[in-house]
Amino acid sequence: MIEVQNITKSFDDKQILKGISTIFSPGIINMVIGTSGSGKTVFMKCLVGLFQPDTGSILYNGIDFTRISIKEKKQIRTQIGMLFQGSALFDSMTVEENVLFPLDMFTNMTAKEKMNRVNFCLERVNLVGANKKYPGEISGGMMKRVGIARSIVLNPRYLFCDEPNSGLDPQTSLLIDQLIKEITAEYQMTTIMNTHDMNSVIGVGGKIIFLHKGNKEWEGTNKEILTSDNQILNDFIFASEFLKEIRRGATNPK
Amino acid sequence: MNFLNHLGRYMFMLRDMTARPDNWRMYLLEVFRQMNSIGVGSLIIIGIISFFVGAVTAIQFAYQLEASFLPPYILGFIIRDSVIIELAPTISGLLLAGKVGSNISGELGSMRITEQIDALEIMGINSRNYLLSPKIIASLLIVPPLILIAAFLGIWGGYLAATNYGISPAMYEKGLSYMFKPYNVFIMQVKSVVFAFLITSVSCYQGYFVEGGAIDIGKASTRAVVFSSILIILFDYIITLLLT
Repeated sequence: MIEVQNITKSFDDKQILKGISTIFSPGIINMVIGTSGSGKTVFMKCLVGLFQPDTGSILYNGIDFTRISIKEKKQIRTQIGMLFQGSALFDSMTVEENVLFPLDMFTNMTAKEKMNRVNFCLERVNLVGANKKYPGEISGGMMKRVGIARSIVLNPRYLFCDEPNSGLDPQTSLLIDQLIKEITAEYQMTTIMNTHDMNSVIGVGGKIIFLHKGNKEWEGTNKEILTSDNQILNDFIFASEFLKEIRRGATNPK
Repeated sequence: MNFLNHLGRYMFMLRDMTARPDNWRMYLLEVFRQMNSIGVGSLIIIGIISFFVGAVTAIQFAYQLEASFLPPYILGFIIRDSVIIELAPTISGLLLAGKVGSNISGELGSMRITEQIDALEIMGINSRNYLLSPKIIASLLIVPPLILIAAFLGIWGGYLAATNYGISPAMYEKGLSYMFKPYNVFIMQVKSVVFAFLITSVSCYQGYFVEGGAIDIGKASTRAVVFSSILIILFDYIITLLLT
């Protein structure tokens, strides 16, 4: 579980996060949504420690991540997996080497044990036979799956996904969503996903928080989001006629 | 950002690089990979250019000496000392600033933009230690022998050009051993080490702190080459002043 307590973050004179508090539970996908510039990425970077919040606390199972030593932070970071928007695969390494890298860095496993683990993770994301390919030789969807395999290879307790569906076709997006949902439930991870994709939000969002101009504007589930009367949220979610139609169906069931 | 801010960030970068590696085996593998990339990857270009720099210098001096009363063996002496003290380290340094400096800066800039550096940090890896210090250590280890080879090839190029020009091999060889001071080789190696550090650390700094996109990576690579080259010339002057 991750508990966020009143975090703020400013760059120069501009306040990006204005006191956000929430709790992210394990076993479900916790989604952070909001318009571009609402502070989602800064919020996620604060959560994983790439940015230090100006005020507030981030508790990883009760341990305040913002106030511990670098050594203790390192300990928690080995329990964090992150899937980046652009996958962030090491392009000088093959698929296999990318997934192997955290094991090489942080474990004392034998070469055989490591390879077994790598193959298990690649099988788990349906990527059998791509071991020797380089990131430049595989599709965007495959890169995302390699990213997921690399994120879960150390059995993390926390998984962060920054817009995992961006640049993917709708079918591949659904597959990636489903995969993240299955892995989250299987390993009881605390998963936090930044997204713009309303299919993901409504399809797999266990808990959703909506950021607007650096504030937490709304919080609820994927069922509640369809019937919320928050105008700012509705303007964001139901921007298209198609989604407005879905909302009409949800609020006026026959 | 002003000069002092850059200097401070550069010093902090150097400090963070000296942390204990997260995994010694992986760290040493990276050092060897960088030695191969910097050293072996630059050997041919350094070799060709040093050979011809020695050859051209020999012909130009032979041409100048024709009209003087100096003995012909002085050519070997001039080529030896100018190659060892100045040409080999400085020309090779400037060449490495262009080749290795832009490569390092481009690689790190690209890793920064594509969030590969963030990925390392989130895994709990000290990216400055894992990515930057192997490059600097590798260059400190590989550039001095590379410049030694450059000096040898420069003198050899001078020998071939001079004998082809009409200077007898015996005369050139006599000049090579005339008043030889091993201390000059020491000066060359001091320059090699300092230039190696400047090229890699400046390029690492420019690449590691890139912000923006592809255009900014290009700008960072250009800055890496320009600043490294200026610093090489500046430190060449300072070292020469202090050691001679």
